[in-house]
Amino acid sequence: MSSRASLAPGGSVFRRRRDGWLGLALVLPALVIFAAFTYYPFFKNFQMGLFKAAPFPNLPSRYVGTAQFTTMLGSADFWDSVKSTAIYALITVPLGVIGGLVMAVLAHQQLRGIRIFRTIFSSSVVSSAAVAAVVFQVILSPQTGYLQTLGIHLPDITSSPTWGLPAMALVSAWQFVGLAFIILTAGLQSLPDEIMEASRVDGATAWTRLWRITFPLLSPTIFFCGVVGVIFSLQSFGQIDIMIGTSNATYTHTNVLIYAIYRLLHVSQNTGLAACYSIALFVITLLVTLIQFRLLEKRVHYAH
Amino acid sequence: MPTKRLARLASRYVVLVVVAAIVAFPLYVLLSGSLMTLKEISSIPPQLIPLHPVWKSFSEAFSSGNLGQYLLVSLGQSALITVGQVVTSISAAFAFAYIAFPFKRILFALMLATSMIPFEVTVIANLQTVHTLHVDETMQGLVIPFLATGFGIFLMRQAFMQIPKEMHEAAIIDGYGPWKYLWRVAVPLARPSVAALAVFGFLGAWNQYLWPLLETGNNTSIQTIQMGIRQVGGTISTANLTLAAGVIATAPLLILLVFFQKHLIRSLTAGAVK
Repeated sequence: MSSRASLAPGGSVFRRRRDGWLGLALVLPALVIFAAFTYYPFFKNFQMGLFKAAPFPNLPSRYVGTAQFTTMLGSADFWDSVKSTAIYALITVPLGVIGGLVMAVLAHQQLRGIRIFRTIFSSSVVSSAAVAAVVFQVILSPQTGYLQTLGIHLPDITSSPTWGLPAMALVSAWQFVGLAFIILTAGLQSLPDEIMEASRVDGATAWTRLWRITFPLLSPTIFFCGVVGVIFSLQSFGQIDIMIGTSNATYTHTNVLIYAIYRLLHVSQNTGLAACYSIALFVITLLVTLIQFRLLEKRVHYAH
Repeated sequence: MPTKRLARLASRYVVLVVVAAIVAFPLYVLLSGSLMTLKEISSIPPQLIPLHPVWKSFSEAFSSGNLGQYLLVSLGQSALITVGQVVTSISAAFAFAYIAFPFKRILFALMLATSMIPFEVTVIANLQTVHTLHVDETMQGLVIPFLATGFGIFLMRQAFMQIPKEMHEAAIIDGYGPWKYLWRVAVPLARPSVAALAVFGFLGAWNQYLWPLLETGNNTSIQTIQMGIRQVGGTISTANLTLAAGVIATAPLLILLVFFQKHLIRSLTAGAVK
């Protein structure tokens, strides 16, 4: 996964003037979609944040300046949402990355039938949020026998203030572990064979090789996988929506930012405040990514 | 000596099997539960193997749960998004990899930067946009916002740049223009990446949740399969139906995974031509 070196556009093969027009024409379709459905709505959030939606649809909204931003930053609800979002990510990402790493290392050996294991290890990537949620509902429900047989007696998890959020994060972690495995296996397969061979000749044990050579060399990919995991966990919505069920009575405990945006938009029709929350979600995504870049860049070994 | 080696080999397989069993357990519960009655699903201790498999849940999901229609909608929506993403990605990536044109650097940066903006952040204004375009609560509204991806453009550009220099030198000597080069050389050589992009695109589209939920509104004729599961899900009293619907929703993707797992991994490796 070499990301840095290849970012600069390479030397072009076709460079006649006519080709220039063709180039522009070829990027145009993607450009139109991005302009209309990524950049326009992204910047529109800032404008919508300045207007307060009318209490009834079809009435004009009112300019309120930065009032909604300050309301959001001063409200306990918002900070509760931020906290829930952080807890959600702190469960999902380490579980997913460590699980993916263990499986990637296990599947990186020459054994008969290893392809079958690779398929199984990556299988959770195909599960949708909805499917994962209904399956885990069955597994975690006090009305089925899975947890009770293991000696775990818990109340109805999804309505429990203590266990609701971790349970939903577990669903996301399981879903993410398949993708983490795919990313980390790709990283393992790109490691330079010569170094691995050399260390084997040096007589290093498998365990030492893993910690001293494989993991340091793999660190850019592990870090990339973590960033993907954070973004994945920040977007987890279907898991929560389904597991809370139709009652919605327990949402306060699992009101992560994306769910708060949905409720503001869909239940209270408060477009302006929802836009402020969306900006907050973006800022958090950006911050986490930048912090991870900074923190890990010093420790990461770039092999290329 | 051989017995020692045999024991080591066996222990490796044991570890692999145990980890596989843990990670595949939810999918196993999905499948086995779909073949059980509600009473069997909620038996204590849990019944792990459906001893008397029943297929009733599947037929019920199709007859009363309207599963057939959901499937058709999902298939149409996902196929359109996949084809759209493959076309826009190949076309833009080819330009970025091979053609000199104005504003190339900034346009490339702008397109990559889109992966930093989660779709969820843009949902509010996008709902207004599809409304303004009069495609809200329609199939077009489900599909159009997803017809291009930064990831796809990046993936395809990487694949095109892996093609050895000698190939395009030879092509130019033979008098190939960009168009001919694209179809005769670049796309055929990048086929594994095209496959990976298509699988990732299909997977993402098929499993979408928030946008179909908000965009389809009251139009029940364009509800996707995920929305179908949402409608019956949320309670254990319909678990057999939701699990059956879940099997139907997951099976096509599992089949794709079995065939393309290697491509998915390979498309993400640094030396994609290894």
